[in-house]
This record gives sequence, structure tokens and C-alpha cells, in this order.
Amino acid sequence: MSRSAVDVPPKGGFSFDLCRRNDMLAKKGLQPPSFLKTGTTIVGLIFQDGVILGADTRATEGPIVADKNCEKIHYMAPNIYCCGAGTAADTEAVTDMVSSQLQLHRYHTGRESRVVTALTLLKKHLFNYQGHVSAALVLGGVDITGPHLHTIYPHGSTDTLPFATMGSGSLAAMAMFESKYKEGLTREEGVNLVVEAICSGIFNDLGSGSNVDVCVITKGHKEYLRNHLLPNPRTFVNPKGFSFPKKTEVLLTKITPLKEKVEVIEGGDAMEE
Amino acid sequence: MSIFEYNGSALVAMVGKNCFAIASDRRLGVQLQTIATDFQRIYKIHDRLFLGLSGLATDAQTLYQRLVFRHKLYQLREERDMKPETFASLVSAVLYEKRFGPYFCQPVIAGLGEEDKPFICTMDSIGAKELAKDFVVAGTASESLYGACEAMFKPDMEAEELFETISQALLSSVDRDCLSGWGGHVYVITPTEVKERILKGRMD
Repeated sequence: MSRSAVDVPPKGGFSFDLCRRNDMLAKKGLQPPSFLKTGTTIVGLIFQDGVILGADTRATEGPIVADKNCEKIHYMAPNIYCCGAGTAADTEAVTDMVSSQLQLHRYHTGRESRVVTALTLLKKHLFNYQGHVSAALVLGGVDITGPHLHTIYPHGSTDTLPFATMGSGSLAAMAMFESKYKEGLTREEGVNLVVEAICSGIFNDLGSGSNVDVCVITKGHKEYLRNHLLPNPRTFVNPKGFSFPKKTEVLLTKITPLKEKVEVIEGGDAMEE
Repeated sequence: MSIFEYNGSALVAMVGKNCFAIASDRRLGVQLQTIATDFQRIYKIHDRLFLGLSGLATDAQTLYQRLVFRHKLYQLREERDMKPETFASLVSAVLYEKRFGPYFCQPVIAGLGEEDKPFICTMDSIGAKELAKDFVVAGTASESLYGACEAMFKPDMEAEELFETISQALLSSVDRDCLSGWGGHVYVITPTEVKERILKGRMD
């Protein structure tokens, strides 16, 4: 087999060529790193004319809050959105991959994507990786066959439910749903219940925090309410801010001027003869 | 010990008004022994785009070479520089490809985008993007950097004030981390110029 002289960028798929080295380092007692997690509260419910998804906005790395306002409701198709919990890179990558497959499928068929299509693509990918791609998802959307809500577990199993919760705050959120959910909620009642469930996660689960994101999907229409509620605003801002009277000690300064971007104007004055 | 603590590092980037700053410490160590005190952790991708790589230095340099290669291919094909957002997606894709055997690196990306809009972003070692409007940190001193930046950062700072803020945040943070320090390396990028400064710091 001949190999090309340069390392041409691969076409896709995972690469395992550092695994041996990393295992060797782990055996020598060097712990592998911890990844960014979305220790999360994500929820979804079906109301009278569609689906409402909700999420908190905290990302954690161990006990550290890495991002105070991240986005956990991912776009899948114009009529389908998906909340992600688990390892942040996995939820992001898996939803992005499936969303591009759905776009290609729409170009091919010329029809609106169905929620079951997204569901099948997601569970197929997750089952293939036997739970090593740790993404726990709440998938919701409205298609030709009506509103749908599914949960997908990292190993590839799925549920179809009228209301669902996922992530570390799922118990806190499910408590609100179990006590207050009923069939045929109005839009306002639905959004309020989702906000209540997320807030229950934010305040009772340490892995969840900051703000509430909501996404309302109805037939032929969607509304992404980013930071719908901000229950934890910053209270400790110094109005004057910091100032540094003593200058920082600098050993060396190098200034590189940047070239101005030249704009070419077409059809300018003609050159003199 | 975590593999991230093998060489030690501190990285921070901040956004100002039509400008940004990216700073790192200068120490390269092998656990508690210092090997170099003039180590480059911040790399220039093009005039308005900088990349900082914290974590295991050997992986940082390998990753940098692969990213430069991919950026050069892009330049040849497209005859233009990459936008910071595009570059962040590239870094994320390169890291996620090694999801099950990762590079032990945590990158910080900072650049000026279209209409001189500053962009900063960091990732974990498998490419989970974390976009921020104010500041991002990485490395062994990240915990103390979070605290310092959270307290010192103000929105819409001019280049000079931004330099003072990022420098003070960096220096005070690395003083509480024994694996990073030995001065600092600060880049402040405005639409017209790049100012690179080397800071004096504690030498212990």
C-alpha cells in the first residue's frame, strides 16, 4: 500500500492513533484530563399545539463553572430542535452531524424533515459507539404527523413521552412536571411550567445554573427564546471598576503595524491617456 | 497528577473596544523542575488571529503544526485568511477527531473578525467550544485566572487599559500557581497594530 508523501486531511471518522500513548501515560500514573460537561437540566413537553423545550445555561469542568451562559438547545432542522446533556463536545458534535445529514436529506427529497428521521439518525450513531459518545438528548419538533417529543440515552435507547427531563437536574425538573403537567396545556401555561422545571433544576441541582433558555415549536413556526429568564444576575459589580495606578513592569515591547486592507473599487476613474 | 500539570501553563484572552489581548506565562517545566523561562505558548496564525495552547507542550507543538498546515491549505485554496470563527471550528474538528485518544491541549483562540469585531473562544481537549463575550482562560492557573478576571474585567476597555488589566490579572494569578509564571507574554491587537510585550514577573 502506498502512502502519500504529505499527511492529507482525513475525510472523517475518529482517529485512534494517540490511544496507545495515552494509555501508556495513564498507566504511569498521569491522570487523563476531565472534559467539559454540561451537568445539566434539560426538559421538554407537548402542549396543545406543539412542543416546548427548555434548558439551563451552565457548563462545568469538574467543580468549576466553565461557562455561565452556554447554549444547550441545538438546531437540528427548521422544525426540530434538540437539548443536549453530557459531555459538551459530544452533544455539540452529534447534533451538528445529524443536522447536516437532515439538511442533505431535505435537499434530496424536497420535504420537511420528520422528527423520527432525526431520532433514528441520532440513536444509530449513539448505539454504534456503545455509550462511549456520552450524549443524553431531548429531541422535540413538529412535522407533518404532528408534535413529537423523544429522549435519547447515551447507549442509544429512546423513549417517546408527553413530557421529559434529562441531565443531572432531571429529578428536580421531573418533580415539577409530575405534579403539574396535564394534557392540553396552553402556550403560556406550557412555557411557565417549563420555566418552573428548569428553575427547580437551577436552584436544587449544583450542576445546573444561570439562565433559562426556551424554545417553542408549533406547526410551521418556532420561537427560540434565548435567556428567557435571568434569575441569577450579577450583584457584585464594582461601579468604579479596577484601575491600576502603578504601571506593569515591561521588559520589551515590539510593535508591528498592520497593513491596511486595500479595497478595490470597480468602475473607478479611467487612467489618463 | 493530571497530564495537564506536567508542563504547567497559564493562558488568558480578553476583549476590549475594537481590540483584544491574549497573554500567557513563559515557563516550561517538567513537573516541578523548570526547563525554560522564555517559552512561546502563543502562536500567530495570521496578522489578526492568535492561538494559545496550554497543556502538554509536546502535543501543543504537534497540534500547532497541524493547524498551520490546514490554515495554509485554506489560504492556497481560498486566497484569503481564515475568519476567527472558521478557525475555531477547524480547531474544534481537529480535536474532536481524536475524541477517544485526545491531544492533551486546551486551546485559546483570539482574533479580529469582520469589521474589526473581536472574537475569543476556548475549548476543552476534545473540542467543546466555549464562546465568551468578555474573557477566557486556560492552563494550570485557570482557577485563579477565573477569579482575577471576574473581578478586574470591565467591558469596552481601550487598548492601553486592556493591557494593564490583562497583565495584572495574569501576574497575580501565576503567583498563586507554582507550575506557571516566570514573567508574561502579552499581545494587544488593535485594527492598526499588534503590540507585543514581555512582562517582568517573580522568578521563584
